[in-house]
Amino acid sequence: MYNLTNRRSGEAGADAEPLKFLSGGDFAVKTSTAENKAVMKARKAANKKIKPTLLQDIKRNPWLYVLCLPALVFFVLFAYIPMAGLYIAFVDYRPMKGIWASQFVGLENFKAFFATNNWITVTANTLFLNVLFIAFTTLTSVVIAIMLSEMKNKWVKKITQSVVILPHFMSWTVISMLSVAILASNGIVNQVIQKMGGQGIEFYNTPSVWPAVLVLLRIWQGAGFGSIVYLATITGFDSSIYEAAAVDGASRWQCITRLTLPMLKNTIIMLTIMNVGKIFNGDFGMIYAMVGTNSLLYPTTDVIDTYLFRQMFENPNMGQTAAVGLVQSILGFLFVVLCNKIANKWSPESALF
Amino acid sequence: MKKVKGDTAVSVVCYGFIIIFAVLCLVPLLLVLASSFTSQASLNQMGYRLWPAEFDLAAYRMLFKSGTILPAYGVTIFITVVGTVLSMLVTCACAYAISCKGMQYRGAIAFFIYFTMLFTGGLVPTYLWVTKYLHLSDSLWALILPSLVNAWNLLLMRNFFNGIPDALSESGRIDGANDIVIFFKIILPISLPGIATVGLFYALAYWNEWYKALLYIHTEWKYPLQYLIMMIQKDIQFVQQNAAQAGVQTEGLVPAETVQMATAVVTIGPIVLLYPFLQKYFVQGLTVGSVKG
Repeated sequence: MYNLTNRRSGEAGADAEPLKFLSGGDFAVKTSTAENKAVMKARKAANKKIKPTLLQDIKRNPWLYVLCLPALVFFVLFAYIPMAGLYIAFVDYRPMKGIWASQFVGLENFKAFFATNNWITVTANTLFLNVLFIAFTTLTSVVIAIMLSEMKNKWVKKITQSVVILPHFMSWTVISMLSVAILASNGIVNQVIQKMGGQGIEFYNTPSVWPAVLVLLRIWQGAGFGSIVYLATITGFDSSIYEAAAVDGASRWQCITRLTLPMLKNTIIMLTIMNVGKIFNGDFGMIYAMVGTNSLLYPTTDVIDTYLFRQMFENPNMGQTAAVGLVQSILGFLFVVLCNKIANKWSPESALF
Repeated sequence: MKKVKGDTAVSVVCYGFIIIFAVLCLVPLLLVLASSFTSQASLNQMGYRLWPAEFDLAAYRMLFKSGTILPAYGVTIFITVVGTVLSMLVTCACAYAISCKGMQYRGAIAFFIYFTMLFTGGLVPTYLWVTKYLHLSDSLWALILPSLVNAWNLLLMRNFFNGIPDALSESGRIDGANDIVIFFKIILPISLPGIATVGLFYALAYWNEWYKALLYIHTEWKYPLQYLIMMIQKDIQFVQQNAAQAGVQTEGLVPAETVQMATAVVTIGPIVLLYPFLQKYFVQGLTVGSVKG
């Protein structure tokens, strides 16, 4: 998928080249064991030469390392130091003392969180919502991509494609504002319901409808954008297959179900596995913007990330909040790695790593 | 090619579905646009409409008089311009370096960067570090620095640079230029398509920034646009929620909803207006980054 395999193969290539030059082609293969050993020794020595120490490499390419430096400083400052800061999950954090001087309490913070039942609700909501999001946006994206590919009118195709991608570029705060015009008691949905003689729905007081509302918003915002990759894949298919099918008298519906979908299957599976890897990360941006501090809706919308955010400001015990975050990070990490293992089995060249 | 039965039906369904979906994508935007040009009275009376029942500019007059929108615009433009330029410099420099075959530890560095996408310190340590140790609380830099480099964008940019033949930088080296000169004089000018794509990703992220404002910004004139919207809406929700619980009519109590809609319009306006010209770069970036090549 994300073309990180390039790096590995690129590196292997770089290592192999000098070796080839040293061993002088295939003569090494046919020599006796003694000679082989000598070659091995030479190779080892050569290897040392090939992979210089970091310092030697810096001396050799000082300016390249200078170019790298700002980004590396950034990642140390804003990614790796916070990782080290996760130590806070194991201490009884006192702001006056700071993280490192606070009392070490082992797993106390974790016990405290798992003693309450909050974690069941927020974890269940996170997983449930994410499963719905993945299933419905994937389905809609694939449908959009196939339908766009079936459109013969270039002009209509281009315009509609641009339009369906557009919502992706709006922030959730804006979308939250747009949805007021749709969901408010005098919003467009309630107007339609009332016109048809039904009873209006007070969306902002009714938690049970929110999983559906969030899924629909998610489709609105992301399905068009998600279809880009699928459409690019379909465009890459060999058109002669379709021509052959047409000669054999296949209808377009048959072409879609017997050709396009089966050929698209791998891409769909890959992208789904990738998304499943992120299943423990609640979409804070979406849910906080849509629900905010409306506690009436928490029972169905509160996810790990929004819960953490609230806890940080409400619960004076920062260590407990960090403990929850650490559990989430570790689960997330294991899940991504696991999903990649599975993806690797399916189709090695498209796995992330 | 002869017509097969059912093909027309497939066409009709495809065009029908896509056109309906596209219309549904636009309806909320039209709704907001129309509401922002409606008077508050007719909005209360008729509800949200796709066409203003009574054309009125009061919302915009009020919005610009309130004095919060212009500073917010200023903040958003500042973080978008300064942030994007800084982000691109840092990202491209590192991406170029780790795309150079001569650098032995480029694989290790790429992994060092990639790992941050897999595992994060999470909210609490980051928040404490930024506010208590780096003292960025309530500073505009808090809106830029914590997300200065995006690992995914960096690796995407590296893939762009990987596609540039080594001979180009090699010729620069023979002429005695060092890597920094080569980067600025040779590599950047020929990488404009890649720079445009990744730059747009950054610019959009900064334009839509509100999460870091929520965490770190406390002074009203430092609110970026997106966060200002959120605060306006929060006020309205708060009133509505309390009124609903107490069974009171909200009309008149609510800060003008039309002003809220007008804020949304001026926030997404630039994106919608520029979108037709920029769209191809987004699509290009996504397909280049994801489809192997």
